[in-house]
Amino acid sequence: MPTFTPRSALIPSITADQRSLRLKRIRNNRQVMTGGIILLVIILVALIGPFLSPSGPYETDTANRLLPPSPTNWMGTDNFGRDLFSRVVSGSQVSLVVGFSVAIITSALGLAIGLIAAYYRTADRILMRILDGFMAFPAILLAIAIMAALGVQTENVIVALSIVFTPYVARVVRSSALVVKEQTYIESLRAQGASALRILWINMTPNVLSPLLIQATFIFADSIITEAALSFLGAGVPPPDPSWGNILFDGKTLIFSAWWMTVFPGLTIMLAVLGINFLGDGLRDLLDPRHRGTRK
Amino acid sequence: MLIFILKRLASLVPVLGVVAVVVFLLMHITPGDAAAIMLGPEASPQDVDALRDQLGLNDPLYVQFFSWLGGILTGDLGSSPFLGESVGKALLSHLGPTLSLAILAQTFAIVVAIPAGIIAAKRRGTLLDQGFMGLTILGISVPSFLLGLFLILAFSVGLRWLPVAGYQPLSEGLGEHLRYLILPAIALGSMQAALIARMTRSSMLDVLSTNYLKTGKAKGLGSFSLTFKHAFKNAALPVLTVVGQTFGSLVAGAAVVETVFNIPGIGQLIINSVERRDLLVIQGAVLLIAVSYVLINLVIDILYGLLDPRVQVR
Repeated sequence: MPTFTPRSALIPSITADQRSLRLKRIRNNRQVMTGGIILLVIILVALIGPFLSPSGPYETDTANRLLPPSPTNWMGTDNFGRDLFSRVVSGSQVSLVVGFSVAIITSALGLAIGLIAAYYRTADRILMRILDGFMAFPAILLAIAIMAALGVQTENVIVALSIVFTPYVARVVRSSALVVKEQTYIESLRAQGASALRILWINMTPNVLSPLLIQATFIFADSIITEAALSFLGAGVPPPDPSWGNILFDGKTLIFSAWWMTVFPGLTIMLAVLGINFLGDGLRDLLDPRHRGTRK
Repeated sequence: MLIFILKRLASLVPVLGVVAVVVFLLMHITPGDAAAIMLGPEASPQDVDALRDQLGLNDPLYVQFFSWLGGILTGDLGSSPFLGESVGKALLSHLGPTLSLAILAQTFAIVVAIPAGIIAAKRRGTLLDQGFMGLTILGISVPSFLLGLFLILAFSVGLRWLPVAGYQPLSEGLGEHLRYLILPAIALGSMQAALIARMTRSSMLDVLSTNYLKTGKAKGLGSFSLTFKHAFKNAALPVLTVVGQTFGSLVAGAAVVETVFNIPGIGQLIINSVERRDLLVIQGAVLLIAVSYVLINLVIDILYGLLDPRVQVR
């Protein structure tokens, strides 16, 4: 085993002072706080909501069909007498799982592709053309097409969205990695004979994490929107599994008689997406000095 | 200029190549036999064999790809076993409503967003500016199909001003046509409006702080002529890019909004095909939209080069 410099020595070390400054900046950043709190509330409700609802998301009750919101059924009931709150909570679990999974998968794939493209010039030419080709498809359309080919299933939604969004992560990673690669310390590492894998993983990866994190946050929000749209169109989470999108689809046919079936899941999606976008915008202001203040 | 255009055209070849491969592979990532899946569980083995033959699924993959590509280049997208007509014809007959919707949505976005962006820039930091920018965040965060549902709830169910859903072609009169398309166009165009307004604002802010505008002000030019003739003309280029780039996504977004409002366009054709797993129609529609998306971006790039010669050097 050759002796390695400890990883912490390669990243500018953070003193306790700096850390408290950073925490203060996070606290002072209204967007990160608002977005973070909204997201936390949604996660909490997704976790404890099932204990608060009067009946499970699949329990039908034909005597109590299409009830407007009341103290028992906070969001009313649907056309099968199922408690809408319970279904929206259950749908938020689906949305969060899809969003997180897609964000993590696209980050891993995007990081690998982006770093390789930035480091090897030949690979760059080929990979970038392929990514350009994928990005020529409008996201939702490619997702629908992949779902049609793979079959309508919740797991396939994650696969389809990961394929659709990976190029957007890879591009961001590549462009930051290209800047890092030109730094003198990378050059000196190469001169010392450090292997490509070592440079990519130990020296370059930490430096592209901030843009990656920001992009992953936006992908998280986009995945939730796209999953809802897919399920609304009948190409996402198949019924009777609840998802924000397919509750809205059920609500559309009953829009004259049951406004609550549209309003509550709709507002939930809006809140979730607004929260995550706030978080992403705030993180960008916090982590990327170039953007600070430009969106004010 | 000619070299610039030729260069741009050449750069399209690999992109279109990848697009073609991806669309082609859609038929082949299907778990199991694509022909059997398309025909459903009740189909007889003979029918499945016949369709497999017709689709050429028994040939090696590369043979299939090139014969498929050859078909596309000559305008033959195959024929759908469900619609009983060629995919090309089906797409053509559904194209009208989608284009109509996309154009109307783009018009709405431009008409609302550019004045809003200019006003926000002129009144930077005021309550009006913050209000407009708050609206744009909402516009970016609310997906079009959701906005469509909310609009239906407000204007069709609540106020009863407009029809809930449906479509009337232009031949039924412009008024009728617009009455059915106005809500879908707003639902579809809002995100574009938000992006254009933001771009207009930031681009105007850059221009408003330049010296030549100060000179104009100093020599007594009117505020209107200063804003529109001198400032906006120079701020318009990045705005044009956003308009162009977003038009492509409007055509795709139209697919989603059409389902909300029951508009018989390409989107509805795609969605009905997903239910039937009519992969040929999906391939054709996706190819059509992706290729037009690429071509629209090409046109924008070339226009950009014409308007701002500095771009050509890049």
